Amino acid sequence: MNNQALFNFLLRIGDTNLILAQRLSEWTGHGPFLEEDLALTNIALDLFGTSRSVLEYAAKIEEKGRTEDDLAFLRGEREFVNPLICELPNGDYAFTIARQCIVDAFQLHFYSELVKSKDETIAGISAKAIKETKYHFRHSASWMERFGNGTEESHERLQNALNFIWAYTEDVFATDAGYNELIKTGIVPEMAAIKSAWEKSMNEVLAKSSVSKPENVFMQKGSLKGIHTEQFGYLLTEMQYMQRAFPGAKW
Amino acid sequence: METIDLEQHFDAKLAKNEMIEPKDWMPDNYRKHLIRQISQHAHSEIVGMLPEGNWITRAPSLRAKIVLLAKVQDEGGHGLYLYTAAETLQISREELLDQLHTGKAKYSSIFNYQTLTWADIGAVGWLVDGAAIMNQVMLQRTSYGPYARAMVRICKEESFHQRQGYEIMCHLAFGTPAQKEMAQDAMNRWWYPTLMMFGPKDANSSNSANAIKWKIKRESNDELRQRFVNQTVAQAEYLGIKIPDENLKWNETKKGYDFSDPDWAEFNNIIHGHGPCNKERIGARVKAHENGKWVREAAAAFGKKQNAIDVAA
Repeated sequence: MNNQALFNFLLRIGDTNLILAQRLSEWTGHGPFLEEDLALTNIALDLFGTSRSVLEYAAKIEEKGRTEDDLAFLRGEREFVNPLICELPNGDYAFTIARQCIVDAFQLHFYSELVKSKDETIAGISAKAIKETKYHFRHSASWMERFGNGTEESHERLQNALNFIWAYTEDVFATDAGYNELIKTGIVPEMAAIKSAWEKSMNEVLAKSSVSKPENVFMQKGSLKGIHTEQFGYLLTEMQYMQRAFPGAKW
Repeated sequence: METIDLEQHFDAKLAKNEMIEPKDWMPDNYRKHLIRQISQHAHSEIVGMLPEGNWITRAPSLRAKIVLLAKVQDEGGHGLYLYTAAETLQISREELLDQLHTGKAKYSSIFNYQTLTWADIGAVGWLVDGAAIMNQVMLQRTSYGPYARAMVRICKEESFHQRQGYEIMCHLAFGTPAQKEMAQDAMNRWWYPTLMMFGPKDANSSNSANAIKWKIKRESNDELRQRFVNQTVAQAEYLGIKIPDENLKWNETKKGYDFSDPDWAEFNNIIHGHGPCNKERIGARVKAHENGKWVREAAAAFGKKQNAIDVAA
């Protein structure tokens, strides 16, 4: 298939949104207070929406008659290529917010470039996603600021979350040979520029939040090769249960 | 004005079908009744997020997942409108939540049943939301202004929820044999609990008389229950799903169906905390509230510091 590189890239974006949304949706009904429960659910809804559009397009590009649901619910652990950070369990609210802020900042800069893609469908999806991501980033960054400067407890929780999660930041920017091919055809942007824009944004957020950036962190990686954390299998087991238990049924 | 004049003025407004507003004088019992009813309604919305939320992570398609998530979010939004309406009666959100967490305030007993299969999500939307709408449509004309206005917004969304539930049931009823079986099983478990949602029979309903006198409520429990059964029979027939009641029969004289009573002993057990999920539901709400304490404290502390900076500047 000529479009293998494009298909793989679409899976990467689709999975990023799908798996992070799946985690966020675990909070629905259990948030720290009602308004925040609604806000986080809203973000989950946006991410599910993006993942659905992207996976639908991926299925079309693949030309094997699969649907977005086949891609979401009938692929195995090793076929998912979301960054590892998306699948990390929610932890406390500081962890959820730190994880969200890191991914939001990435997505904001990424979509801002991806919107210039020579692939019109990708450009269209990105244009919609930028608007949503701006709001997501404002939300997560403002909670970082509240936690970092709120109480001693919230500051400590946020710093602990960052100390743990920082090891998963490098993996967000992983690329492979297929991605580099797509750069040449103007479908995707160079990752280096996005990474430096992300670093600048994160430095600003961390400074405003009075927390420190973890230094000399050994970086975890593997997502592009489908090497996941141990928790990921449980997430998929739950998410895919119905499609696996009732093969061929329509819902 | 003397109390007697105030009361006459209040009664006159009711008689003219005018809304009572937060600044109007109102009898103490009217205020208490409203706080009880509106907060019970608000609590039902947020406790109601739990049984349906139980299936968000397992929804069988991306579309079904998004629709369910949006629906559960709507319930939370309804909770928010209603808490705000209750707050106009001079009670704080904190007090209202405290009443829920300590068991002093009630919520709809229906949410103490388990959602065991995906078909339960269909049944909750179709039957439970369908029953809720029967009650709620009438509340759009309830005498207390903020409550009536909240209900107008809520009703619009609820009718969408009922259609969403019925859509799930359609997929199941016209699907594989396993899906049909799942749909019938959900009907068998949800039918009688849904009938209980309208409350005790009129003859045994202690709160109904005042509610009708004050035009908070405009139709009786039995009238609403009858209307719900009449409406639902045809919908079940279309799906080819059997209502689990041997006594269900059209009665030409009353132009409605005869049907069996739910098990009122079971209803009383659940009200008194012995349903399948009473402890889990309150437990989940208390846990979320306690886990959220440091978050709310951090937000408050940060807000205070920001205000201090603004004042200094």
